[in-house]
Amino acid sequence: MGGIDPILLLASLMVASTPILLAALGEMVVERAGVLNLGVEGMMIFGAICGFAVGVGTGSPSLGFLAAALGAAALSMLFGVLTQILLSNQVASGLALTLFGLGLSSLVGQSYSGIKAPPSLDFDIPLLSDIPVLGPILFQHHPMVYLSILLVIGVWVLLRHTRAGLILRAVGESHDAAHALGYKVVAIRLAAIAFGGALAGLGGAFISLVRVPQWTEGMTAGAGWIALAIVVFASWRPWRVLIGAYLFGGVSVLQLNLQAAGFKVPVQYLAMSPYLITILVLVLMSARRRSATAQAPADLGKTFHASS
Amino acid sequence: MTEMLLAIDGLTKAYPGVVANDDVSFRVAPGEVHALLGENGAGKSTLVKMIYGLVKPDAGQMSLHGAPFAPATPHAARAGGVAMVFQHFSLFEALNVAENVALGMEDPPKLRDLAARIRQVSEDYGLPLDPSRLVGDLSAGERQRVEIVRCLLQDPKLLIMDEPTSVLTPQEVDILFETLRKLSSEGTAILYISHKLEEIRALCDGATILRRGKVVASCDPREKTARELAEMMVGAVLTPPERAGRAPGAVALEVEGLSVASPNAFGTSLKQVSFTVQAGEILGIAGVAGNGQDELLAALSGELKAPRDAVRIGGAAAGHLGPVARRRLGLVAAPEERLGHAAVPDMSLVENAVLSGWLRRGLAKGGFINWTLSRAFAEEIVENFDVRTPGTHVAARALSGGNLQKFVIGREISQQPEVIVVNQPTWGVDASAAAAIRQALLDRAAGGAAVVAISQDLDELLEISDRFAALNEGRLTAPRPAQGLTVDEIGLMMGGAHGMEVAHV
Repeated sequence: MGGIDPILLLASLMVASTPILLAALGEMVVERAGVLNLGVEGMMIFGAICGFAVGVGTGSPSLGFLAAALGAAALSMLFGVLTQILLSNQVASGLALTLFGLGLSSLVGQSYSGIKAPPSLDFDIPLLSDIPVLGPILFQHHPMVYLSILLVIGVWVLLRHTRAGLILRAVGESHDAAHALGYKVVAIRLAAIAFGGALAGLGGAFISLVRVPQWTEGMTAGAGWIALAIVVFASWRPWRVLIGAYLFGGVSVLQLNLQAAGFKVPVQYLAMSPYLITILVLVLMSARRRSATAQAPADLGKTFHASS
Repeated sequence: MTEMLLAIDGLTKAYPGVVANDDVSFRVAPGEVHALLGENGAGKSTLVKMIYGLVKPDAGQMSLHGAPFAPATPHAARAGGVAMVFQHFSLFEALNVAENVALGMEDPPKLRDLAARIRQVSEDYGLPLDPSRLVGDLSAGERQRVEIVRCLLQDPKLLIMDEPTSVLTPQEVDILFETLRKLSSEGTAILYISHKLEEIRALCDGATILRRGKVVASCDPREKTARELAEMMVGAVLTPPERAGRAPGAVALEVEGLSVASPNAFGTSLKQVSFTVQAGEILGIAGVAGNGQDELLAALSGELKAPRDAVRIGGAAAGHLGPVARRRLGLVAAPEERLGHAAVPDMSLVENAVLSGWLRRGLAKGGFINWTLSRAFAEEIVENFDVRTPGTHVAARALSGGNLQKFVIGREISQQPEVIVVNQPTWGVDASAAAAIRQALLDRAAGGAAVVAISQDLDELLEISDRFAALNEGRLTAPRPAQGLTVDEIGLMMGGAHGMEVAHV
């Protein structure tokens, strides 16, 4: 494996994983509130074009990220109104949202093909980034990489230690019980859906503004579906989502490097390896304890209607 | 009397097609234990939901402590000193006890302090609880303690209890009553909803009886007999089912050392269950909810598979067979959950009849359904079991619970089975339909079938069973003749008081 620089490899691992981490974390919050939104891919790609368009238009990647979060959250509200207020089926609405997002982003993005994204600055953390080896791996990244990790911590604290998180989990476990106790199930779920949308949008914009960085149709290339799978295999827990996303990103980067280095394994096997390894590891992790806490929120995907 | 705690005047609530409450008025004094009595669908639940702020009345006034009271949300009701213990739907299985309690409080302290207070209150009232346990791991009785403790922590002036004893053993009921009497002596009024008449006579100072949404009577339940109360509630004279004397025949169902793991994370696995049922005999299986009843039904019907010889139907090993093969051997089953388990909610009665009856009634030949025969089969069930429906073409979910239950039981019984297994045959069914279902089971047993009736309703089991056993944490006690069993003995068979203590009065 002569052609591979381990420092560069590890550094690009964090970059490659960030979009999936953001999207998966958002979807995890949505699912903990009991809503299954299969539109992650559509919200990501819509965030990618919103972020790119605004980034190019204003010259500011930060405004681009903001626009991506707002745009994808707005798109997710389409799903929210359909499923929470009009009580339509969540699976069908989510799939429709993905198709709609893909189409809408192509339409909006027509005039943006081939343009370069505005330069976004890597944020070198002072002092820490000068440490040899660790510095370039951990501390010379785009601010969004650090923000995504802060968000994991934030979501973990929210779900584990705050009353708001407790109520969110309660709504996902049993909407009837939460309603009986007087919690506003629909409002809480809409807020969760919007949060999930915003994070998916950030993930998409990270691809179009930082990772690639330019706009091409369908550029999220299934990252939203991977994010959905990671949420399930991570047993709906934030730290496992982080592990899953980094594992997937890491193996993807590694196999690309191996391909480039002319490693003697058929390309098809290398290309499938991230999917296989991520699923295998997360399955093993969740199989270890078959306790109640490793299970899906009990009311996941069920339609709530405050009758009787 | 002294000043009223809660006064309700002319409360009315209508839903499309039904008037759930029509001009309901009654009063509750401080410290009074007041019963709301009525059949399923009489409007009890809607009424208390209005008091608790979950449902808005169309007309009428409520007042609490003499001041107008119109809670728009449960938060407002709790702020006014009203607390409610729900029949179902208000606990979160994947959360622990302390988290569940915190969710039901207006202004909960930190979880650590809350845990200490839960211990304190639960000790004071004889309801021991460990705040850190997952609710999903608790027994039904313990879950109810969680709900009660959640209410007690808020110092309620009025405690509403919706059918609190349906999940308790007789000993647990006694302890609950001690707790309630202690609360009442401290000045807390209790609004007690039930259709169990003896309990109401033992506990309550006053009763309001509802029928079809209207108040039909108010009385002091201690001055009435249970029979008088029942007839006020139903509005008709009740006839108890008749049982003909019968001699049991050959062994029709034999279960030997049946152990099955529950498919559900919070379910109860069956441990070494053994019993036999003879033709013409009814074996009643009692037990508090969640002690393995669903699993036992599934293991007998064939939904859960077991070793070959653990279940023998008419002498043939059937443990490894699925439901269809067991039907062929003559065993039919009717599970507890009517919609979604016993019947497909959105399919018509004819289709639902075919789904279960095609094999034994020959409704399908070579993969094609004979709709003429099928319609005739469904009509026969509707006719023989007095199912009230506009026709056999309507969807199962359009039927009321009692009518659908009559249909489901009728569908199974009409297949000339040798063994019938039913779980909660009259759950949520009004008194006259329940009597009809019990009579149908007795008739079928008299006709030579072996019946296994799993139920949480002890009176029902004592009424129909020849022998009696109880499920307790997945184990079955040795069956005993039902004649001459006392409620105390049954309670002990059901596991006694599960470690509860009497309130430290």
